[in-house]
Amino acid sequence: MPAVSKGDGMRGLAVFISDIRNCKSKEAEIKRINKELANIRSKFKGDKALDGYSKKKYVCKLLFIFLLGHDIDFGHMEAVNLLSSNRYTEKQIGYLFISVLVNSNSELIRLINNGIKNDLASRNPTFMNLALHCIANVGSREMAEAFTADIPKILVAGDTMDSVKQSAALCLLRLNRTSPDLVPMGEWTSRVVHLLNDQHLGVVTAATSLITTLAQKNPEEFKTSVSLAVSRLSRIVTSASTDLQDYTYYFVPAPWLSVKLLRLLQCYPPPEDGAVRGRLTECLETILNKAQEPPKSKKVQHSNAKNAVLFEAISLIIHHDSEPNLLVRACNQLGQFLQHRETNLRYLALESMCTLASSEFSHEAVKTHIETVINALKTERDVSVRQRAVDLLYAMCDRSNAQQIVAEMLNYLETADYSIREEIVLKVAILAEKYAVDYTWYVDTILNLIRIAGDYVSEEVWYRVIQIVINRDDVQGYSAKTVFEALQAPACHENLVKVGGYILGEFGNLIAGDPRSSPLIQFNLLHSKFHLCSVPTRALLLSTYIKFVNLFPEIKATIQDVLRSDSQLRNADVELQQRAVEYLRLSSIASTDILATVLEEMPPFPERESSILTKLKKKKGPGKVPDVEETKKERNSDMNGSTEPASVNSSAVTMSTPSTSTDLLGLGSAPVLNSVAPSSAGGSLLVDVFSDNSPAVASLAPSAEENFTSPRIGSTDVVSDDPAAAVHDADELVDKFVCKNNGVLFENQLMQIGLKSEFRQNLGRMYIFYGNKTSNQFQSFSTAVICQDALKTHILLHLFCIVDPAVDGGAQVQQILNIECVSDFMEAPILNIQFRYGGALQNMSVKLPITLNKFFQPTEMTSQDFFQRWKQLGAPQQEVQKIFKAKHPMDTEVTKAKIIGFGVALLDMVDPNPSNFTGAGVIHTKNIQVGCLLRLEPNTQAQMYRLTLRTSRETVSQRLCELLSEQF
Amino acid sequence: MIKAILIFNNHGKPRLSKFYEHYSEDTEQQIIRETFHLVSKRDENVCNFLEGGMLIGGSDNKLIYRHYATLYFVFCVDSSESELGILDLIQVFVETLDKCFENVCELDLIFHVDKVHNILAEMVMGGMVLETNMNEIVTQVDAENKMEKSEAGLAGAPARAVSAVKNMNLPEMPRNINIGDISIKVPNLPSFK
Repeated sequence: MPAVSKGDGMRGLAVFISDIRNCKSKEAEIKRINKELANIRSKFKGDKALDGYSKKKYVCKLLFIFLLGHDIDFGHMEAVNLLSSNRYTEKQIGYLFISVLVNSNSELIRLINNGIKNDLASRNPTFMNLALHCIANVGSREMAEAFTADIPKILVAGDTMDSVKQSAALCLLRLNRTSPDLVPMGEWTSRVVHLLNDQHLGVVTAATSLITTLAQKNPEEFKTSVSLAVSRLSRIVTSASTDLQDYTYYFVPAPWLSVKLLRLLQCYPPPEDGAVRGRLTECLETILNKAQEPPKSKKVQHSNAKNAVLFEAISLIIHHDSEPNLLVRACNQLGQFLQHRETNLRYLALESMCTLASSEFSHEAVKTHIETVINALKTERDVSVRQRAVDLLYAMCDRSNAQQIVAEMLNYLETADYSIREEIVLKVAILAEKYAVDYTWYVDTILNLIRIAGDYVSEEVWYRVIQIVINRDDVQGYSAKTVFEALQAPACHENLVKVGGYILGEFGNLIAGDPRSSPLIQFNLLHSKFHLCSVPTRALLLSTYIKFVNLFPEIKATIQDVLRSDSQLRNADVELQQRAVEYLRLSSIASTDILATVLEEMPPFPERESSILTKLKKKKGPGKVPDVEETKKERNSDMNGSTEPASVNSSAVTMSTPSTSTDLLGLGSAPVLNSVAPSSAGGSLLVDVFSDNSPAVASLAPSAEENFTSPRIGSTDVVSDDPAAAVHDADELVDKFVCKNNGVLFENQLMQIGLKSEFRQNLGRMYIFYGNKTSNQFQSFSTAVICQDALKTHILLHLFCIVDPAVDGGAQVQQILNIECVSDFMEAPILNIQFRYGGALQNMSVKLPITLNKFFQPTEMTSQDFFQRWKQLGAPQQEVQKIFKAKHPMDTEVTKAKIIGFGVALLDMVDPNPSNFTGAGVIHTKNIQVGCLLRLEPNTQAQMYRLTLRTSRETVSQRLCELLSEQF
Repeated sequence: MIKAILIFNNHGKPRLSKFYEHYSEDTEQQIIRETFHLVSKRDENVCNFLEGGMLIGGSDNKLIYRHYATLYFVFCVDSSESELGILDLIQVFVETLDKCFENVCELDLIFHVDKVHNILAEMVMGGMVLETNMNEIVTQVDAENKMEKSEAGLAGAPARAVSAVKNMNLPEMPRNINIGDISIKVPNLPSFK
């Protein structure tokens, strides 16, 4: 018997739908809909009270209209009336309308809440379920506030029906997702864990979902769920397929529940209790064994369900990464799937194997499947599957198979889908560099890349090849020869012209001996491409020409002719024109010696992390990219620009040194330290204040940020002799500096301490300025920086410039503190200052605002990359979330400035909700680098924020969350 | 969690949309179009998973879909769901519809949106799987129908009689989707708007 009888539908509704379907055009459809909307509106507004049936009919029509993509802006009141009715049919349709059409901001929520409250209290399981469904589907904050107290009670009450329990569990889960701060933890939590033992498997499934989510946030509190989950799983896995009756799906016992339980177990490390652990291993073995058994049914549903459990078991094995035996079995199983005729299984096998490749136990075993994977790349019809194959090849690559894998990827690139080409290009470039034994191979590979997929070769890739060629003199000649040959092609990609121009400009002389590549031929070859190129490339070529003037004096006249031509000297583009003019003058005025100095070969680039790797990391997230050996990197945000020979035209001086030396503070090079003499004019921070006698507000630092709130001089702070009190006060001061580097750290009647700091990578330098505000001298002035024991091993501090023990009235002294971050830290170091003023000993301690976020480097990434990385950092301990009231007005621009000040890159257009903020950055410490993603969701109505941080380290997530949440 | 459940036909006409995260109406429609675009260009016999469109969270989310005759059933899920599990869930959903409507076809979904929503509500709640046991679901739906009928009682009888008579004039609705297996061939189904 069909469960839905069709005869007694609503006639009016059916007619309306038929009408719509018979409309011949979109216009006719819209006309019909507008007519109906007008009709319904007048009915709802009319004097005659509508009966339940009519209301239901009209609401159904509205639902249908909504589905067709038309806005519905009325009918809500009628829906609320319906859901308050005592008749099931009306109530049900009312709830349906609300859960489809009402968003969480609706003002109706209060009225709806009333209806829900009555239904929850009704003890009628059908009504309770409708109400719980509605809460779960809308999930708004107001609902959470109204019901979070009741739902746990319903969930654990002894007399609640099973179906209601199921709904209550999921409803609670939903509210925990939308408003985690409102869901109270309490005595009900332990009882929820025991639902894992419930008789009704539907209840267990719902409870497992709930526990998994809660355990991700509070692993400790739900630890007991591990042993219960293992025993439940074991009972399911070992049961005969008929034991679980209705929950057996195509001969597989309770597949969904098994999957959920295996997911729950992935929130925890392997069980410590030996017995539990043994039982779990047994379960996993049984699941692996079952996969080998002949199928009990030919239906695809049977194998799907069985494999759903199997893949989840394999994920758990990989997550635990502790049983070599299981890992190898898992790998073999996946290997079988790689050749399975079901596309879905091949896809999933490739995906799982990718994670398996990073485990040391199974890396070798994964490698044995290389031929199959390469074959998949060549023969799969489905681009989703091919993409997984590329990922896996990348993950399994090492020195032994790099040449083969790179060659295969290059092959594939020629026919690859446009959507994945850029990623493959980056991957090839990275593998080629990372595993290059012979750099000629590397150069060949990159040139091939440009030839095959020039449009997808980003700047990072060709910058990198130039960096490597310049730094390795053993490949320079070979590179010059190869690019010269590559440029012979009648149509070559502009990127090749760039690389060719650069390399010939530097090393063209190495092949000039060969009459086939004489200077003039080289020049003519490059110049034949000139007119086809874009402005930046032409600019680069002009620089190459002036370098040729130095390398090959014999073609100087030819080059001068080119520079002198109207198309260069009077080029509409300012940059090109300027280069032509300056280069022409340079070539005619300067002596050979000066030319040789100015146009000297580029010095080697400082060793640094491949910018390509950074780019791929941005694309793929840190977990997926093998680490390149820790190199001491010198950061310069525009370092890539410096590979361009165009720097000749800025000044002759910058030619001889890499332009990375624009580093302001010279960090990384030998420190040059000068104590600022007291009362010296200009430049120093506090001077302005003191030369100007006015006691009024003064913005102390010339470079202070706009929102800088400087304390008033002459305020009535009392000097405290008690250092502890002073330190306590200073905590807020530290918070003030989280998002900025300069400002006044501390001030009282006697003195003012100003700060100016700079941070690069894991290094930092802080200038500390002490200003004597009185007219009398401070005596025995001394300072010290104190690191608590817990902090000592995490950051290294070095204070320079021991100051004169006497500080004159109105004078200012300066100290410099060098900082090196060794690993992540929580506490801030303390600055202790002692001096005598008017005979009394003054002792002050302030916390120095050296916080973990100072060692951020911002990372730009696209929305896609962001969410991919976000997903990869999904382990419960990696995420920290905090919901808090706004302390300041919620101004978007100010918030943006603060996030940028915090050190991360502010990512626009990443979050689907434009009012949210997302950011990404990498914390640099000497020992590790920690990638960090953050998301800030403001709720202007409630004046609240939700801040979520995901990093690969729990402590980092926590600390950053503490720091940032104080800022808004 | 499940972010959205979409059903549309081969021409991209939505037949059911259920979002478990809040989007504006416009965005919802765009998501439906984008999803249709992504799914419909794929061949038969390729895998049933693909990365989600940009509007619904990009590669963070997967689209898991099945194509039955004239209809696409698409579940948009995040990484916390098992791909094969969801694929089976779609099957359970369709089998349940088939049981409840006796050989379900596209027209049933069009004319009984409310019922389809009810059936779905028995399976998925707030983006989480509520019940996977088909018998349990059908029992619930049955119970609800009984309640509906008993409520309709005498008051509803005249209206039902009238509608039954009038329904006789409606063109006969084709009902020829059989759900026994995944590949369903439907001969000569009229094109739906």
